[in-house]
Amino acid sequence: MGNQTKDNKGFLASLKDSPSTDDFIKGLWRENPVFVQVLGMCPTLAVSNTAINAFAMGLATTFVLLMSNMLVSSLRNFIPKQVRIASYILIIASFVTVTDYVIQAISIDLHKSLGAFISLIVVNCVILGRAEAFASKNTVGRSFMDGLGMGLGFTFGLFCLGAVRELLGNGTIFGFPFFPSNFQEWIVMILPAGGFFTLAIWLLVFNALKEKRAKA
Amino acid sequence: MNETNPVNKDATASSLKMLQAMVGIGIFCALMIVLAFEGTMPRIEQNKAEALEKAIFKVIPGMETKKTFKLGPDNSFVPVDGKSKADQLVYAGYDQNGKLVGVAVEASGLGFADVLRVLYGYDPETQKIIGFYVLESKETPGLGDKIEKDPGFQSNFSGLDVSLTEDQSALKNQPVTVKHGAKENPWEIDGITGATISSRAVGNIMGTSTEFWVPLIHKNKETFMVSKTEQ
Repeated sequence: MGNQTKDNKGFLASLKDSPSTDDFIKGLWRENPVFVQVLGMCPTLAVSNTAINAFAMGLATTFVLLMSNMLVSSLRNFIPKQVRIASYILIIASFVTVTDYVIQAISIDLHKSLGAFISLIVVNCVILGRAEAFASKNTVGRSFMDGLGMGLGFTFGLFCLGAVRELLGNGTIFGFPFFPSNFQEWIVMILPAGGFFTLAIWLLVFNALKEKRAKA
Repeated sequence: MNETNPVNKDATASSLKMLQAMVGIGIFCALMIVLAFEGTMPRIEQNKAEALEKAIFKVIPGMETKKTFKLGPDNSFVPVDGKSKADQLVYAGYDQNGKLVGVAVEASGLGFADVLRVLYGYDPETQKIIGFYVLESKETPGLGDKIEKDPGFQSNFSGLDVSLTEDQSALKNQPVTVKHGAKENPWEIDGITGATISSRAVGNIMGTSTEFWVPLIHKNKETFMVSKTEQ
């Protein structure tokens, strides 16, 4: 174990310096799962039709990501290479099932509006991606920070989409009316197509910002 | 893997390790799920019961107390404990004087996406549907889910005609969904433009369900009218 940790440190030091805060920050911004890695698009597009849905979905994903990252990283020397993906999926699926029950216990209405997408967190590639790329090679503490950062980054991305889509497609924000009552809703924004439009525009904004910063 | 080891020994060793890892993780995960299930079940059951309860009060305007009935084998209704899991339940609603104001019935059928579960209130006095609520639906957000929200569509169900024929064995006219704006008769449901399939599905569900339940409920009107109920 000691050997491996040393190896990892050497490997990561070449990538970036101060570990845990950077593990956290990179998920939020520099490697944001939605806007930079463009991972986990299925829930991103499907459940971001209202701000509250996006927020709940983001938190559920964060919880699963956090727990699976921690468990995978604490078992990383116990899981043989050949069965690692199967093990990760097993771990992730269990946490998703737990989350599903918890959401039902919190609010049936919320569970109703998230629909099948809770169970589909299992195949969200952000989670498997982090387990494989990060948690399986790093300590529990760093995996925790990574999971938290990535999860909140995902929540932030989903929320950006959800807020815009709800505002334009339904005229409300978090269920409260925002526009005067004569506002004609853009139904298309609530539909899947609206998800693509909104995502494209956000990506445009993000890349423009990035380019500007790179030039500066 | 260590290449100096004989291939066979290495393979068995790693197989055992794989088995250990998978079984270990499997047992751990199973335990976790069981714990979560057991831990949240009472809350979930309570939430579901509350959602149904709220819906019942929504579909029977003016009701104060409710009593649950079960359809017996001889087509009569017997009161049951509110928590019974028996299949064919109806819920009778009474106002504060113990007078029957309506009977709520659950119905389900295929919508545009997955099964639609609805609850409606029936008033045996006027022989009309007096309320309607969607319990469960996965209809397209923004289009099909208008069956839950559209006030115009909802207003169809405050006084939808389901009166019986002379011999009281069948409906005079089954409720049916018509094109938006084409509603002419009191038993027709004014459909929604843009939610044609979903609103038709509601019409079908209502048609089939009322055809079955309304004559039965009407026949057993006296059973429901027993005033003052325990709950």
